[in-house]
Amino acid sequence: MATTLGKNNSGASSFESVGRSIPRVEARAKVTGKAEYVHNLRLPGMLYGKVYRSTVAHARIKGVDVSAARMLPGVHAVYTAADIMKLVPDPHYGPAFHDQPVLAIDKVRHVGEPVALVLAADPHVAEAAVQMISADYEELPAVFDEIEAMTSKAVVHEVLKPAGTFPDLKHLKGKRDTNIALDFHLRRGDAQKAFAAADHVFEHTFRTQQVLHVPLEPFVTVADPTPNQLVIHTASQSPSFVRIEIARLLGWPENRVRVKVPYLGGGFGAKLYIKLEALVAIAALLAGRPVKISLTMEEQFYQITKHAATLRIKSGVSRDGKILARECEVWWNGGAYADIGPRVTQKSGFTAPGPYDIDHVSIDSYALYTNLPAAGALRGFGIPQLVWAYESHTDMIAKALNIDPLAIRRKNILREGRPQATGTLMRDAGIEQVLERLARRMQWEKAFDHEGSDNDKGTIRRGRGIAIGFKASISPTTSVAIVNVSADGSVMVNCSTVDMGQGSDTAMAQIVAEALGIPVEAVTLVHPDTDVTPYDMATLGSRSTYHMGHAAKLAAEDARDKLVALAQEVGLSAETTPIPDIFRKKYGMQAGNIVGVGSFIPPYTPPEPGTGQTPDATPFWMIGATGAEVEVDTETGEFKVTRLVNIVDVGRPVNPAIVETQISGATLMQLGFTLSERMEFDAGQVTNASLADYKIPGIRDVPAVMENEAVDMVQKSGPFGAKGVGESGTFGVSPAIASAIDDAVGVRLTSLPLTAEAVYRGLRANAGRPLED
Amino acid sequence: MTTHRTIAFTLNGSPVTAHVGNHQNLVELLQGQGLFGARESCAQGLCGCCTVVVDGQAVSGCLTMATLVDGADVRTIEEPQDGEGGLDAVQQAFIETGAFQCGFCTPGFILMTRQLLDANPHPSDDEIRHYLAGNLCRCAAYPEIIKAVRLAAKKRKG
Repeated sequence: MATTLGKNNSGASSFESVGRSIPRVEARAKVTGKAEYVHNLRLPGMLYGKVYRSTVAHARIKGVDVSAARMLPGVHAVYTAADIMKLVPDPHYGPAFHDQPVLAIDKVRHVGEPVALVLAADPHVAEAAVQMISADYEELPAVFDEIEAMTSKAVVHEVLKPAGTFPDLKHLKGKRDTNIALDFHLRRGDAQKAFAAADHVFEHTFRTQQVLHVPLEPFVTVADPTPNQLVIHTASQSPSFVRIEIARLLGWPENRVRVKVPYLGGGFGAKLYIKLEALVAIAALLAGRPVKISLTMEEQFYQITKHAATLRIKSGVSRDGKILARECEVWWNGGAYADIGPRVTQKSGFTAPGPYDIDHVSIDSYALYTNLPAAGALRGFGIPQLVWAYESHTDMIAKALNIDPLAIRRKNILREGRPQATGTLMRDAGIEQVLERLARRMQWEKAFDHEGSDNDKGTIRRGRGIAIGFKASISPTTSVAIVNVSADGSVMVNCSTVDMGQGSDTAMAQIVAEALGIPVEAVTLVHPDTDVTPYDMATLGSRSTYHMGHAAKLAAEDARDKLVALAQEVGLSAETTPIPDIFRKKYGMQAGNIVGVGSFIPPYTPPEPGTGQTPDATPFWMIGATGAEVEVDTETGEFKVTRLVNIVDVGRPVNPAIVETQISGATLMQLGFTLSERMEFDAGQVTNASLADYKIPGIRDVPAVMENEAVDMVQKSGPFGAKGVGESGTFGVSPAIASAIDDAVGVRLTSLPLTAEAVYRGLRANAGRPLED
Repeated sequence: MTTHRTIAFTLNGSPVTAHVGNHQNLVELLQGQGLFGARESCAQGLCGCCTVVVDGQAVSGCLTMATLVDGADVRTIEEPQDGEGGLDAVQQAFIETGAFQCGFCTPGFILMTRQLLDANPHPSDDEIRHYLAGNLCRCAAYPEIIKAVRLAAKKRKG
């Protein structure tokens, strides 16, 4: 099939490839079990690593005895921090703080922290050897709660070590005896004055629990020390970051570290920055052989989690429900290592007042170290915690003032062109469209029957709730792409975006096909390989469609321009000559390439310190709303979510079918975080680190009715009108269900997860017969 | 510490012999044969990622000792199918309905769906949910999986 360049349709409004629900480009590989994951990789001479982990939450290490493990036949090596430091004198890593050691040095800061590593050709031998290691600890007081961490005498890190990457962390350098890893403040107007003048002031405190990503492919990394390079094959969402950070640790130039990423068996924000890579890389260099570490499901519970948070929110409201002022304090439980927590604190912190038009706003947001497993980014980057608080708060105000939940939102939402709390004006943010569409699909203005069906009458009460949230895309971040046209007219896209199931390979193929005006079947993706795919900040925060989509489109346009020029040079028209004929005329045979390059970083203005004000906080806004209907059994507190309606603004969907799967997938994941998932701890030890005891949603947990819709919107600054979608479905789920429960039985829950027991306690309390704790 | 023995079994229709340790499970045995579609994830038989069909019955490969398949008929997701392009109706239906995202759990869902439709060619939605309750999908492509099972049932009918 000889393809010809299509017409340049950058300014068009109808498209050939964008907007089509084609199957994923890797669909066949995935249904035959042949898709490539790091999980599959075995190299000649490869050793398997198994980790010996801390059993205490906070302690000085007095000694680690590895002698018996070293003696076990089949063990190749056992390493502790002392061995690591022979190669890397300061082996601390992290995206925001250089606070995390490759193996624990002097101190352990959470249960499950890696203390020693065993290498053996047989993983079962390595596992047996780990059991023969022992450590002697002098236990220190530990702190687990984020509020206590603010003033606790137990200090997780003696000295703060910001990485230097982010300007707003620099002032923390060398700070001692504090658990506060970042404090972010925003001031707009004068909230205190407005409270004094308001008819009503409401204040509530909300809590969210620590949960985790649980990708079904647990963390896995292979490092291969070749003569000229260290090659790292890793299930990572951020290959460029891994290369830069490993090169920094080793003191090597970037081009001596090669990071390759095939498909991921799920990521959800877990597989970002450095996870196993530093340990595996250094172990492979020490051993002089390839090393692989695959975590077990249990170990996954100690690698990275989602922040538990306490959120206090206070609003001054007029008699008719207009929100005049809002004060938010948020404490994020970051665990023992900062990971990307300080970014969550700031980048999500500034949307804490919600998608509402409020003149007087005050926000204080704190990232805290505690002696729990580290918390990082998880599908929403702090937003689901914030939406949980501000939307529950909104409905509690509405109820107190006897205003309808839809009416109070209509009265207060941020409309197009109005300033958000940072002062940035809202553009292409379909808050109103999403809210109105949700109201319509829920038939909100029709009477709702709170009685159960005939056979349940007496014990079942029905209720409904709505919630809406928004998120600013993290900014500023960079993506670079290469589009390589071969002499037969087939096209490869080199980009470091990682397809972890969200469908980015397919989306990029559609965007490039559209920009070149060629069939999408002519385009393939080169998977992340830092030797050949250029820099990308990371696959996170729903940024790839917009940022990498832009870069890929620019690269395709560059390739198109070069192809047009080449055709002109040889006296042909690129628009009527099949691409292979242009190459043949130039090179006399099927030879040569056209390489287009695109690089994208959106405009951005950093927030003013102290006030958080900026005219340009983000390149685009993501909007998501959920409506829920529930049935609650008044005798037991048990409840069932019978209907979920999820409405989002994703701009123009590149692939509507994949977008819908993203919306419902995000919603169902958040349903788990709302109803069943909670990491349980005993002195810092996770007591339910197994899928038997930590319940993620199964197929029977899907509500009987689920509706997903992307409203008709265009992100004018986006590639072909598109923007991100991966997280928007999570925003409204938790507060919508909590409000529906309140609507059904008058019980307002303020802590996640929402359980039958909590509802039952509320019912008993309402009846004047509270249960004892 | 361990003992090894040689076993013989049928793998996707072809006779195979393998030298296995008594501590190894079926997933490890298959990896040794270059097959990676059965994946160990939870290691407790709770997620279904390691599903393998042994003597016509879907089992958790992570809980099945390798030595136990001596003499058995073992079939995996990699087995070529008779349908168009080597895919059967279930695989085609999973593609057409977009019933997966990351694809890590997909082989288990496909093998279980085949077994469901063999036993019950026209399952109701409730029966589909009940039958697939032992398979987890963290991307939560469940609504699409239900659609895929319905479509596969229709395709099989012809």
